[in-house]
Order: sequence, then structure tokens, then C-alpha cells
Amino acid sequence: MVAALSLFLVFTAQSVFAQHEEHAEGAATEEKFNPGEAILHHIADAHEWHFFSLKKSDGSEFHATIPLPVILYSPQRGLSTFMSSRFHHGQEAYNGYKVEHGKIVAVDAAGAPDESVKVYDFSMTKNVVQLFIALIVLVWLLTSMAKKYKTGQGVTSAPKGLQNAIEPVITFVRDDVAKPNLGPKYQKFLPYLLTIFFFILINAIFGMLPGAANVTGNIAFTAVLGVIAFIVIIFNTNGHYWQHIFWFPGVPLPVKILMIPVELMGVFTKPFALIVRLFANMTAGHIVILSFISLIFIFTEMSQVAGVAFTPVSIAFAVFIYLIEILVAFIQAYIFANLTAIFIGEAIGDHHYEEDIVAHH
Amino acid sequence: MDLLTPNLGYFVWIFVAFVIVFLVLKKFAWKPIIKMLNEREQNIAGAIASAEKVKAEMAQLQSENEALLAKAREERAQLLKEARETKDKIVNEAKEQAKTEASRIIADAQQAINAQKMAALTDVKNEVGKMVIEVSEKVLKQQLAGQDKQEEYINSLVNSIKLN
Repeated sequence: MVAALSLFLVFTAQSVFAQHEEHAEGAATEEKFNPGEAILHHIADAHEWHFFSLKKSDGSEFHATIPLPVILYSPQRGLSTFMSSRFHHGQEAYNGYKVEHGKIVAVDAAGAPDESVKVYDFSMTKNVVQLFIALIVLVWLLTSMAKKYKTGQGVTSAPKGLQNAIEPVITFVRDDVAKPNLGPKYQKFLPYLLTIFFFILINAIFGMLPGAANVTGNIAFTAVLGVIAFIVIIFNTNGHYWQHIFWFPGVPLPVKILMIPVELMGVFTKPFALIVRLFANMTAGHIVILSFISLIFIFTEMSQVAGVAFTPVSIAFAVFIYLIEILVAFIQAYIFANLTAIFIGEAIGDHHYEEDIVAHH
Repeated sequence: MDLLTPNLGYFVWIFVAFVIVFLVLKKFAWKPIIKMLNEREQNIAGAIASAEKVKAEMAQLQSENEALLAKAREERAQLLKEARETKDKIVNEAKEQAKTEASRIIADAQQAINAQKMAALTDVKNEVGKMVIEVSEKVLKQQLAGQDKQEEYINSLVNSIKLN
């Protein structure tokens, strides 16, 4: 399985290479393989699902892609929807829009970019489609599991199959994330924490499938989770929490005043830390894997022999990082859920509860 | 850099998706699953508690049984002891009785023997007296012709006396 996987990785990497050559052709100059650009292209979102490109004998290119729906809204031009195949892989303009460096911009009749027209892009991009697929799988898995419980399996008898795989994760989130951080009120936040955990986990796992989009390593994805965490925290704060922010207890008066801006900033830095941590971890993993694969092409450009000789080393490293990425998917889901639980716990916690925590340690 | 600026459309899609998934999962997955898990855990906890209780009861029963058994054993020993004592007592009593009975019988027998002996002696004395008188009478009646004749006559008399 690992061998097949590495083959696939090489394959996708080659497609980057091929695609790059296409650009080089357009510029009519012999350009070098640019790993930075190739990697960023791979972890970025796209309006079509691109698998690989082949050069036909007559010099034209064949792109193996799945076109995805493009949904655009512009205050001047209104709503327009069409399939991304209309762009012909970014080479043509359609309906007054054109793809420039992965972004859709409005163009005028002559085909030049029109800065005056603002475009809001709500397209079902590669990331969005994969997100939906992953979430449908997640909902299906969990609801079918819930149905099994309703029939009594796993309640009056021993749990079976899927239940054995998912149940420990649920009890883990409940017993090691929710209960220790939220105390007796954990029941209220448990569904939210479980959803965060499985939301991140399923998308990280889907993002690791060969050819799949990098959903979790996108700043918008982590921003949504961070913003939701922020909303949940703010809506569940109590007086004690705000007292801590505006009148830090147990310190002299000048320090109290000094603490106000610091604590206020803390309100926003906590969810922001969540956003950046998840984004950086997931993106870094993908970049490292792609870097190892890119090394093959860098060495090949130096000499064919070096490229071939380095391939096994590069693939071995890529596979190693890939396995670590699987671990990271779980760890990040855990850390995000755990830190969210800690932040909520701070917001809802009363003084006695904090004393309890201190006493226990 | 494009990588660090969140795309508005993607942001909105994820937000909508998360909220929908959260609501759907909360209603159709987490609620029943957590409820059932709690139920099962309570069941298991209850089963363990009742098992412990039963175990304690069993232990108590066993100790009670043992106590009963020990008591029974003690009682049996007591009974056996008493029985043995009773037996010994009965045997001894019987022996005593037999002894006294025997001595009484012996005493009676001796008395009877003595009495009979005395009676017999008296009879013998009477008989001898009578015979002496008879013999004397006969001797006196006979003409004591000679010594020889006398002696012969006495002897024949004597022979004719049958003592038994």
C-alpha cells in the first residue's frame, strides 16, 4: 500500500512538473523547475480538480481534471454560475471572467483585467467539494453508528465493528478533553467539542489521500473553527471571567491597569493561536512531503543519474513524513479540541473550580 | 501572500458546512450515542455493583454456613460425648445392679442352703434318733443271747438302714 502511495505521489508531482513545462512553453524560454511555486500550487485551492497532464504527440496537452462549478457574485454584474471547464484550464476567459494565478478576476471585452469590477468568489472549489464529501462521509458514519446504538447493539451487547473504532475516540474526547477542562458543565459543550474533533480529523485524513485537496491546511478552514470557538467562548463567559480581564485579582493597582490591555488582547489571541497552529501544522506537513518529492526533480535537472539515485531516498522520507502526518491529524484534532475546551473552561469556570484544579496538581 | 489570506467564498462555505454538520450530528449522532454510552456505562457500573453485593452476600452466607457447620460439629461432639457418658453410666449401673443382684441371689442361696442344711441335719438327727430308738427298741426286744448274736443283729440292722 505504501509503495502504491509513493507511486501516486511521484505521479502527482510529475503532473506539477508537466504543468510547469506548459507555462515554460508559453514563455518560449527554457525555465527551470521551481519547487516553491510547484508546492504552493499543490497546497493551494483550485477551481478544478486537477490530477495530471499528458503531452500528446501533436504537442497539445491533455489535462485529467474534474471541472467544478464556479459561482461568482459581482455587485455590478450580478450572479453568474458555470462550470470551471469553460476557462479551459485557465487559458481562456468566459462570461467576462478569467482565472489569474488561481484567482478569478473580471476582465473587459478585450480580455484585460478590469480592476473596477469587484468579484466575490463563492465557487465550489476543490477544497469545498472535498470538504462536502468528507462531511457527508462523516455524517453517514456517525448517524449509522447512532442507529446501531438505538437497536441496542453496543448498549445491551458488546459494541461491534465501527463502534469499536469510533467509540474510544468519543469516550476519549469526553473523558480526557471535556471532563477535566469543563468540570461538571461538560455535557453542554460535549457535542461541540466532538464535532470539532471529528471535523478536523476527517478533513485532515481526507486531505492526505493522494490527489486530494489540502482542506485543513487552508487558513480559511482554521479561521472558521477559530471564529466559532471565539463565538462560543464569548457567549459563555461569566462575570468572573470579565473580572479577571478588567480587574486582575491579587496584584497591585498599577499592575491591574497594565493587565487590562494584556488580558483584552488575550481574548483574541487565544482563538487566533488556534487558527495559526492548525493551519501551520497541516500546511507544513504537506510542504515537507512535497519538498521531498521535489528533490527528485531538482536532482534530475542536475543529472539524470542523480535523480534516479535519489528517488528511493526521497520517497522513503516522504513516506515517513506521510505517516507522521497521519499521527499529526489525530494530534491536531486533539489539541484543537483540548485548547478550545480549556478556553471555554476559563470562560465558564468559577473561582472554586479553579481552586480545585490548583489543588489537584 | 495568497496562502495567508482567507478566501471569502471558501470561508462562507466552511462556516455553513460546520454549522449544518454540527446541528445534524448533535441531533442525530452525539445525542443518541452519548446517551447510549452513558446508559451502558451505568448498566456496567450497576452490574459490577450488584456483583460485588452478591459476592459480599455469598461471602457472608459462606461464613454463616461455616459457623453453622462448626456449631453442628460441636453439637455432634457434645452429643457423642453425652451418649458415651450415658452409655458408660448405664453400663456401670447395670453392672452395679447385676453385682448386687448376684450377691443378693448368692446370699439368698446360701441362706436357703444353710436352712436346708439345717433342716436336713435336723431330719438326720431326728432320723438317727428315731433309728437309734428303733434299734434300741429292737435290741431291747430281742433276747440278747450272746455277744455274737448281738453284734450280728446290730450289723444287720445297721445294714438295713438306708440313709439316703
